[in-house]
Amino acid sequence: MDVLLHLADGILAALAPINLGLAFLGVVIGLFVGAMPGLGSVNGVAILLPFTFVIQQITGTATSPMIFLAAIYYGAMYGGAISSITLGIPGASTAVATTFDGRPLALKGEAGRALVIAAVASFIGGTVANVVFTGAAPLLASVALKFGNPEIFALMLLAFATFVGLGGDDIPKTLISIFFGLIVSAIGFDIISGTPRLLLFDSTVWFSRGIQFLVLAIGVYGIGEMLWTINSYRYDMKMTEADITMKEVGLSILRFREAWKGTAIGSLLGFFVGILPAAGATPGSLMAYGVAKMVSKDKSKFGKGQPDGVAAPESANNSASTGAMLPMMTLGIPGSPTTAVLLAGMVIWGLQPGPRLFTDQPDFVWPLIGSFYVSNVIAVAVNLAFIPLFLWVLRMPFTILAPLIFVLSVVGIYAAYQNIYDVWLMLFFGIGAFLLRILDYPLAPAVLAIVLGPIAEPTLRQSLILSDGSLSIFFTRPIAGPITVVAIILILLPLFGLIRRKIKASGRGGLTV
Amino acid sequence: MNLVSKISLGAAALGFAVLAAPVQAFEPVKPIDFVIMAGQGGGADRMARLMQSIVEQNDMAGRPLVPTNKSGGSGAEALLALKNATDKDHTIMVTLNSFFTTPLRQPGLEVDILSYAPIGRMAEDTFVLWVHKNEGINTFEEFVAEAKARGSDWVMGGTGSAQEDEIITNFLNGAFGLNMKYIPYSGGGAVARDLAGEQIDSSVNNPSEALGFYESGDVIPLVAFTDERLPFFPDVPTVREKGVQFAYYMQRSVVGAPGMSEEASAYYTDLFTRVFDSDEWQTYRNDKSLLGDFLSGENLMTYWEVQRERHETILKASGDIK
Repeated sequence: MDVLLHLADGILAALAPINLGLAFLGVVIGLFVGAMPGLGSVNGVAILLPFTFVIQQITGTATSPMIFLAAIYYGAMYGGAISSITLGIPGASTAVATTFDGRPLALKGEAGRALVIAAVASFIGGTVANVVFTGAAPLLASVALKFGNPEIFALMLLAFATFVGLGGDDIPKTLISIFFGLIVSAIGFDIISGTPRLLLFDSTVWFSRGIQFLVLAIGVYGIGEMLWTINSYRYDMKMTEADITMKEVGLSILRFREAWKGTAIGSLLGFFVGILPAAGATPGSLMAYGVAKMVSKDKSKFGKGQPDGVAAPESANNSASTGAMLPMMTLGIPGSPTTAVLLAGMVIWGLQPGPRLFTDQPDFVWPLIGSFYVSNVIAVAVNLAFIPLFLWVLRMPFTILAPLIFVLSVVGIYAAYQNIYDVWLMLFFGIGAFLLRILDYPLAPAVLAIVLGPIAEPTLRQSLILSDGSLSIFFTRPIAGPITVVAIILILLPLFGLIRRKIKASGRGGLTV
Repeated sequence: MNLVSKISLGAAALGFAVLAAPVQAFEPVKPIDFVIMAGQGGGADRMARLMQSIVEQNDMAGRPLVPTNKSGGSGAEALLALKNATDKDHTIMVTLNSFFTTPLRQPGLEVDILSYAPIGRMAEDTFVLWVHKNEGINTFEEFVAEAKARGSDWVMGGTGSAQEDEIITNFLNGAFGLNMKYIPYSGGGAVARDLAGEQIDSSVNNPSEALGFYESGDVIPLVAFTDERLPFFPDVPTVREKGVQFAYYMQRSVVGAPGMSEEASAYYTDLFTRVFDSDEWQTYRNDKSLLGDFLSGENLMTYWEVQRERHETILKASGDIK
């Protein structure tokens, strides 16, 4: 009951006019930043950090500036979906998985429905995470600490397994796609030994920083998608009519039940991945998509506009962003780039983030948690209200939209990394993705691999140093063991299916597979 | 820029010229690229973000400092980013001791640290040996006995390979007959977390990295690798008191890209002198057990030369370089 009292106090404090106003402003800025390709929550909070010092001087507390930054973080999670669905360019790395099914829905003329699903799923994901956070933050922090390197690697293996064991897709092509992503993620400097790897031409210029994830994601889903659309609509440049009234928005909300499964998976899985060290909202959303597809009865509908495929990543990225706050607030350790900036803010506002924050600074912690709830409500309301406006983008003729996508992709990448090499690379990936798509290669596994590779590789190697090179470490530890076993079974599942089909086929006297 | 602000800017510049000769001809005209030579959450990262906040809060620079973490390859990524910077007058970096060790270990980078602009040394960070409270170890002697008994099953976690933490680990192994296993991490934050979660048995985190878990009582400091006891930990002995002549510090310096103009370098030296003198920085220094005076220019270059020589000796002794 103590917790509920604290929470009630916290929500009341968050509803104070100044805090409410800041939360609203933060959400709107976040929506915009999130929707802009190349800019994500980390850019939003970093750019506005100086502004929070002014807020602190006015309000005299560290809570209001933090509420403001947290609202930007939240808003950006909602905003990312907007460009993913309407333009097919991921607005932020956390919304990459949203393009998988959001974009096909939009092409079918159901962008409004996709946006509603994304908004409502985000709201549910955020709320579930908030409730879990409120109830069990200190407990979960100690669970997160039990995840050492072997456990995290086992979890990464599980994530890859969900993508291999999906069935439906062509398995060899899925594997090729994963390995391509892993190779790309290995480019740059090796963390463990410090040696440069796979550098092209002159080691000092090309690739020395590694391949940034957004370069691949915007290349594949911005440029690649644009080329694909041009190719498919060559003779018919008129896009589908996309229009929606507020009444239809309401009806879509009522129809939200269709995506409950994806939302449930995303909300829980996202939060869990979010609290783990080194993970965050991007891996969380991709894993949620994989699991939602795996448990679905209609696997073949995924990637073609399945509501669950929008709901899973969107609920997961909101849930994970709340989750990522947990190690920051309970342990003083940032789990993602955005939380690193928030942590820096806390230090300069005079707080000592760490295990004692909850006990020493209840006046800071509880209004902030209260504001998570408040910001979430503001974000879903603002988002739903603006859906008819977002759809205006889709009513533009494609002859205008295609150049716009191109310009936004190029500017977004340059703005993010301020380096022309990354722009060329992005275009290269875009053309490559278009060609691979014509050859029917699934691209999502490559994107997953480039996100998870940099987490999987060091944890694998650190674990092997720990065990003197023995793989048994992944089986004998109480948490890592079961996860590894499940992952291996998932990877082998399609193989069993293949063998069964072969036996059946040979039973009928045929040898073809 | 309108006339009024031009005039006021001119007046401000004049005021400066009177206060601090030589005349500062350089003013940043775009956001300053503020490279951090380490990952998120570690000592270098926290410090860099604090410096950025101090600059922003007190409006010290005309343009914002934009921090970017480049932790790849034990700092090689960051060193190259500065070496290849397109705008040398707007690219600065927060460094640590990998500034000395990484160019020694990777001659292929063709990095000469003396070509970097010596903007200012903000502090020397200190190292302390930490264990988890559940080990039941309260003194350095107990640590030596336990670690010796467990041999290579005693795991030390630290930042990077053949860098500060591994240098200290090698020293402990050699001087006290231990055989601890060393596991490299990408940053001090991850090391602190894994010690708190008992994934590793000990760390040599900087106080700033371990302070949160120290205050909550999860980790215990056993020995400091400094010449004298740290004011913040008066009961923690130095390794010198344990009979070995050893002390090791980490530089926390700001450097400019090689080829930075003298005017720009002078501008940044002035900027970081003011950061150093600010109340916020001085408080942070005291709270996080940082030592060392502000150094810049020739003095900093001399310090670098001495440190490079020392690290060359250490790395040769450990066999990391020939």
